[in-house]
Amino acid sequence: MPGGLAVIAGLAGGPALAQQEAQAPLATTIGIIFRPQEAPASYDAEAVPEDEGVAGARMGIADDNTTGRFMKQSFALEEKPLATPDADPVAAAKELVGKGIRYLVLTLPADQVLKVADALKGTDAVVFNAGAPDDRLRGADCRANVFHVLPSRAMLTDALAQYLTVMRWRKLFLIAGPTEADKGYADAVRNSARKFNLKVTADKPWTFGPLAKARGDTPTRAEAMVFTRGLDYDMAVVADEEGDWGDYVPYRTVDPRPVGGTQALTPTTWSPVLETWGAAQAQNRFKRMAGRLMRPLDYQAWVAVRTVGDAVTAKKANDPGTITPFLTDPAFGLPAYKGVQLSFRPWDHQMRQPIIVVQPKSMVSVAPEQGFLHQRTPLDTLGVDLPETTCKFP
Amino acid sequence: MGRTVGAGWGALALTTWLASSLPAFAFTAYVTNEKGNSVSVIDTTTMAVTATWKVGRRPRGVTLTKDGKELFVCASDDDRIDVLDTSSGKVVRSLRSGPDPEQFILAASGNPLYVANEDDSQVTIIDIEKNKVLAEVPVGVEPEGMGLSPDGTILVNTSETTNMAHFIDTKTFQVIDNVLVDARPRFAEFTADGKYLWVSAEVGGTVSIIDVAARRVIKKITFKIPSVNDEAIQPVGIRITKDGSKAFVALGPANRVAVIDAKSYEVQKYLPVGQRVWQLAFTPDQKQIFTTNGTSNDVSVIDVEAEKVVKSIPVGLLPWGVAISPN
Repeated sequence: MPGGLAVIAGLAGGPALAQQEAQAPLATTIGIIFRPQEAPASYDAEAVPEDEGVAGARMGIADDNTTGRFMKQSFALEEKPLATPDADPVAAAKELVGKGIRYLVLTLPADQVLKVADALKGTDAVVFNAGAPDDRLRGADCRANVFHVLPSRAMLTDALAQYLTVMRWRKLFLIAGPTEADKGYADAVRNSARKFNLKVTADKPWTFGPLAKARGDTPTRAEAMVFTRGLDYDMAVVADEEGDWGDYVPYRTVDPRPVGGTQALTPTTWSPVLETWGAAQAQNRFKRMAGRLMRPLDYQAWVAVRTVGDAVTAKKANDPGTITPFLTDPAFGLPAYKGVQLSFRPWDHQMRQPIIVVQPKSMVSVAPEQGFLHQRTPLDTLGVDLPETTCKFP
Repeated sequence: MGRTVGAGWGALALTTWLASSLPAFAFTAYVTNEKGNSVSVIDTTTMAVTATWKVGRRPRGVTLTKDGKELFVCASDDDRIDVLDTSSGKVVRSLRSGPDPEQFILAASGNPLYVANEDDSQVTIIDIEKNKVLAEVPVGVEPEGMGLSPDGTILVNTSETTNMAHFIDTKTFQVIDNVLVDARPRFAEFTADGKYLWVSAEVGGTVSIIDVAARRVIKKITFKIPSVNDEAIQPVGIRITKDGSKAFVALGPANRVAVIDAKSYEVQKYLPVGQRVWQLAFTPDQKQIFTTNGTSNDVSVIDVEAEKVVKSIPVGLLPWGVAISPN
């Protein structure tokens, strides 16, 4: 009597762990606010795609729905591009919340994240920061209604520092770019060096402009090459988050030394070369859906959307009153192609996660490295730990 | 082993009868090498690789017909299942598996074959005689583990990203229920009496025991190994003895196989095997269990009674699955 079986199953609903009676369909809409991409240069081999980030969120919704259909749950994405990159995101956020949306994914810089978070204070809406690595958002400027799915700069540079420790490359030549982001990254490198007992033996600003974007027929900038002369170091660490000049440094240092940081050997969340822990499936699924390779911002937006989906599936509810406390509950753990579950640190809402260390064509390592131990989880060897946090939630 | 080689069937049978603690017959183990695009063939008596056969790209799931004459291999990147004649080692035909077949299970009657299509969120059911797709059943994201109840009426598929065990009626091909388990379920194994289903959760680090009739998780087995990070304990393959006394669970990068009292659900011991151990298979007499160790490119052989690793056999690149034939 298969027909009868199906009816019984329908009434009993989904997972047997549930103690609830028949479930009503549960619909959840997740909003995403993102910046429009500026038109690329006439030729850019790896131009930033227009749908960077948002394509990952779309895949996350598809995955949420594949799961949700067994639970009578459905998920939808409301996409809200800003008119210009620096436009005020508050109107967009308020519009989404006005429609009843309670989960907002932002692929925006820190200042815009803070504006949205502060504008939504007093509502029960939750913000997922998928684009801003700034440590201050997890420290002095932390907000109780913001969860950070991407690693902080401190976590990224700690991952690189752990790898350098394993390799015994202890002397760093730090080259910092001119932007605020670059200064933040350089500060994180200095902190990681202290934390892992490495030495910054040379520390210089980059003053030669966006040479990585120069053309092949541009005259070689000799002074950019000689400024690496006469230094004692094992690795040059570049801090260039915009990708303006970091790729100019490898193979142009006076002494033959490897390069890492924001370019060359990079600590990051995602790379097309990642295939372990089931990542190959996600790469293929993304390529089929978006027609291109998955980028870190795509992955981070996917993690944010899957975080909401996973929590709604587990709790069989979608109200922030139920979902938000669950995110920092030990029972929450998101599988996200990193071999271990990702979870949120209660003290600053930063997602714990392994960080891959890659060069453009190959995976080199993954942090936490073997032997870096922590009383809670090795993942907490990356970034700011509970005793050091400057974040205070009300 | 002090046995006359090539003494003919009579002598062989006599010898094995005398030494009954040894494997009763020379079984053959087939190991798929995910990155080697090959199958390593192992004689379970000599514990040596006797042949290496070329198959399609990214071979993972592997199983045999009941008579051991045909070997089925999921050629995941070729979107097909290769069928090999075990007497010649040649691919004799390919089955239309649907995209990216990863694991499958053959009905006790020998037909049909139930296939998990990892990239496509579905289970494909194939009539292997007619090479015809009987049904495609939508399931969760990244379906992988496949278990069949001993009476053949219920098929269970686990979906790695959806974190569920989907119960499928094998007559109607409908999903009749879903049970949430821990993160990244990789494998589903029924007990021989059909009452319980064991499901491993690779990222969750647990094995859930599901009461099949109630479709409810009644117990979660957790693992603790001194000097091994909890994060490295990633359960994948599960095998339970026919008498229901012992279960073996492969623990991935913990490089151990857990031996569990299948009645009390207590972990008895952890056997050190090769690196990143994923899949397991008993010899037909259940005296030995073979493990595939992906990172160390070898197979470990465990003596089931003694609960000891007795041999490690080098195979091809990234061994994934293992199936053992009665002949």
